[in-house]
Amino acid sequence: MTAPNPAFFTALARLGDDRLVLGHRTSEWCGHAPILEEDIALANIALDLIGQANLLLQHAGAVEGAGRDQDALAFLRDAMDFRNVLLCELPRGDFAVTITRHFLHGLFSVLQWEALSRSTDDTLAGIAAKALKESKYHVRHAGEWVIRLGDGTDESRRRAQDALNLLWPYTGELFMQPADEAGLVAAGLTADVSQLEPAWRAQADGVLQRATLTPPATTWMQRGGRDGRHTEHLGHMLAEMQIVARSHPGAQW
Amino acid sequence: MTGTVAEDPARLAEFEARIAADQSIEPKDWMPERYRSQLVRMMSQHAHSEVVGMLPEGNWITRAPSLRRKMILLAKVQDEGGHGLYIYCGTETLGVDRHDLVQQLLDGKAKYSSIFNYPTLSWADIGAIGWLVDGAAIVNQTMLAKASYGPYARAMVRICKEENFHKRQGYEIMATLSRGTPAQKAMAQESLNRWWWPSLMMFGPHDKDSSNSDELMKWGVKRKSNDELRQRFINLTIAQVKAIDLTVPDPDLRYDEASGDWITGPIDWDEFWRVVKGNGPCNGERIAARRKAHAEGEWVREAATAFAEKQQRDNRATTDTQQTAGATDE
Repeated sequence: MTAPNPAFFTALARLGDDRLVLGHRTSEWCGHAPILEEDIALANIALDLIGQANLLLQHAGAVEGAGRDQDALAFLRDAMDFRNVLLCELPRGDFAVTITRHFLHGLFSVLQWEALSRSTDDTLAGIAAKALKESKYHVRHAGEWVIRLGDGTDESRRRAQDALNLLWPYTGELFMQPADEAGLVAAGLTADVSQLEPAWRAQADGVLQRATLTPPATTWMQRGGRDGRHTEHLGHMLAEMQIVARSHPGAQW
Repeated sequence: MTGTVAEDPARLAEFEARIAADQSIEPKDWMPERYRSQLVRMMSQHAHSEVVGMLPEGNWITRAPSLRRKMILLAKVQDEGGHGLYIYCGTETLGVDRHDLVQQLLDGKAKYSSIFNYPTLSWADIGAIGWLVDGAAIVNQTMLAKASYGPYARAMVRICKEENFHKRQGYEIMATLSRGTPAQKAMAQESLNRWWWPSLMMFGPHDKDSSNSDELMKWGVKRKSNDELRQRFINLTIAQVKAIDLTVPDPDLRYDEASGDWITGPIDWDEFWRVVKGNGPCNGERIAARRKAHAEGEWVREAATAFAEKQQRDNRATTDTQQTAGATDE
């Protein structure tokens, strides 16, 4: 076991919390999707994301060296200790919001996993290589739907554009490189997310154009999640997610 | 469905001879109309049950107490959706349309397993459902894997494999709770108390009261009676209950040395018929949830259709242009 590394712990929590929180939001669809095929697809995507979170938080716990496993991190931390971007915690909204969010975050994830698959930390590199395959599928699924919704009916186009307008100001945070990760990037442990933005934007624009959708003109971006300052939504989400685990301290499941 | 079609006696005799010889009936084979309609009824009820069954279990995905349990539950509910899709497709081989079947469910005209009209009130219910409900389904479906209609039988073989995993994870949840804290053990027992009788009712009414059974058995769709299957389930399950130190809520339960069967007290058939006829704790909620999802998804389905039509038009236009260009070249 290597020496505890607080900065790397935080970086891994950022990675894991994005997937845990987005996976949770996705799992809320189960049994309520527009068609049975999407019930299955969304459950599958939720499962992938929570699976990624499980591995990342397990690794985070090991790196922290304080005896916390992935469940302690998922179920016993308060909202202020979560490090996911705000984009992931917004309520699931309608199908357009869900799909657009998967598209925007999935594109980012593919780029992030590509970079992290070259991490000098073997465990993280392995997780990234596995997650990369899953995220590519998520982007394909979401991207096809973004095009269908954008170029479908008047209503679907309006809803897809509304979703894009809602979510766009939350995308900037994906590329705000936390100052406390400078040493990790220098050591090749994590990747500098600010470098990923041009490729992300180019790919996003390509699909959005085909979908006849336009990103809003706003340049002001929401932020805070990476430092533990969240929206009002996360607390409610965690209250639900953590209720059983917290009601039975020390219990095994 | 038509129940009074006069069938060609020669063809009917040939069909019944095939059933008697244990031959599999395939979609393009001739079959009596009544055989077809009974299968459509049974298979679509099965598919509806898988889909409605996603709701009570889905109710606990967001509260599962560990990441491992959350992943297992997600995978399980995803499987149920897959089973639903698979069986709807199997039913379509009988010349019906999935959308019509779904509409019957939404209109409250189609039945699904009554067990899903009971609420999931604690985490232990996820264990009880996997163990008892999927366990009962396996007993039933193992028999249906030998059904005379090929597509249904093959679907059951595949589905049973996954249901076995579902049952194991459910039993493992209950076993873990039972050896856990006093509160966890109480949770497991309370859940078993609620799910025991409804799970016995899953096999349907007593043979003497089962209106469809004779016909289904005559045609080899069902191979064992409701009571035989129920007894098999009881015998299997009582041993499992004892192994994890829980008890079933039945003061009359006794072991019959002569037959080797566990004999339960009387089943409350009033409750069974009440729930079947729509007056269970969650009948209204389940259908309302399906209707809501369907209504809220309508614009998505319309968009997908509109987009597909645009694509087809574009493809046709491209093909036309190419053909025109080709003709000009010549």
